[in-house]
Amino acid sequence: MSEGRIRIATASLAGCFGCHMSFLDIDERLFDLLAKVEFDRTPLTDIKHCGPCDIGLIEGGVCNAENVEVLRAFRRNCKILVALGACAVTGGLPAQRNHLDIGACLQEVYLTEPGLINGQIPNDPELPLPLDMVHPIHEVVKVDYFIPGCPPSADAIWKVLTDLIAGRTPRLGHGLIQYD
Amino acid sequence: MNSFLLDGAEIPFEPGQTVIQAALAAGHYIPHLCYHPEFVPHGSCKLCTVRADGRPTAACTLPAQAGLKVESETEELNDLRRTLVQMLFAEGNHFCPSCEKSGNCVLQALGYDLGVMTAGFRHFFLDRPVDASHPDILLDFNRCVLCKLCVRASEEVDGKGVFSLAGRGIQRRLIVSAESGRLADTDIAVTDKAVEVCPVGVILRKRVGFRVPIGRRRFDARPISAQALEDAPRKPEHKHE
Repeated sequence: MSEGRIRIATASLAGCFGCHMSFLDIDERLFDLLAKVEFDRTPLTDIKHCGPCDIGLIEGGVCNAENVEVLRAFRRNCKILVALGACAVTGGLPAQRNHLDIGACLQEVYLTEPGLINGQIPNDPELPLPLDMVHPIHEVVKVDYFIPGCPPSADAIWKVLTDLIAGRTPRLGHGLIQYD
Repeated sequence: MNSFLLDGAEIPFEPGQTVIQAALAAGHYIPHLCYHPEFVPHGSCKLCTVRADGRPTAACTLPAQAGLKVESETEELNDLRRTLVQMLFAEGNHFCPSCEKSGNCVLQALGYDLGVMTAGFRHFFLDRPVDASHPDILLDFNRCVLCKLCVRASEEVDGKGVFSLAGRGIQRRLIVSAESGRLADTDIAVTDKAVEVCPVGVILRKRVGFRVPIGRRRFDARPISAQALEDAPRKPEHKHE
């Protein structure tokens, strides 16, 4: 770990921010954490770009071109990258579209769904292009540690963070490993 | 009494017992999925693979022999078991957050107990329909691990033969023995052993979903390695504390 405070960055890709909510569920332990760490890019600081960090936490899978870019930036900047939650680990709920054709999905949602008038498939250049499938993050970059769970419990997140900050290999025992 | 060695511990056995039966009866856990104490071993999931005198063998089909040296709790074997669990997750659609079986599921509990933290393999994301035709029972083929327990239970206990496995290799799948292929067109009953025995979330009773909340289910209380010893048939003197 670097001199002084440990820098942590977090991001939600194709996720629901539930893992971030669970992270906040460490409650008053946030004070202990803030004594040791500083936050870089995260929805908590509203910093938009990730600088050099010790630990990166990624919630959500990879469903569009922007997710790929953010994830690669995290990998470049973070010494340790952690997949946080079911979607980052396996693709999770968004990946439940993977057995369907993305074109057919867009057609149905924006064009042929009953009740739509003058529907059109969004095509603004600012919108990131969706990928044909949703991927777990380890299919795009190397991931050092995984915390499964939808979401992982605050205790599981706390255990991994405190293990990493103390320089230990994170270990989750019975009750902390969960897939639901 | 005859005995063999399991990870250095002496395991007594009676003639006719398999390695896994004797081990569980003596309070020693060997991970397993398709093995069930009430049924003839099927030997298909390979989770219970041990090294017997150095050779990898399924402990559920291996007859106990005096003097056999069996290794089970080794890093090598548990690595292989983790890989098997990952492969089972990859070839089905096992989406735990939406599954009623979560917390009671043997596949999930094995993942927890073996410390499976990652997907490991690229998932297949197969398109498998569910069969909700029966008034009392839901059939979700997405979660089948081909353990054959429902097939065995329906034939041997219920005397009905409602389920079969069809196809070979990667095409292998669970089917319903009715001309229509629908569960509603069979004589399955909600009280059948075949319904109770499913270790994963394929055969589910309707209208009882989430009656026991997540977090208070079978494998929430204790890991499967402890629960399996509790469930194993054994003589009173071997009762595991």
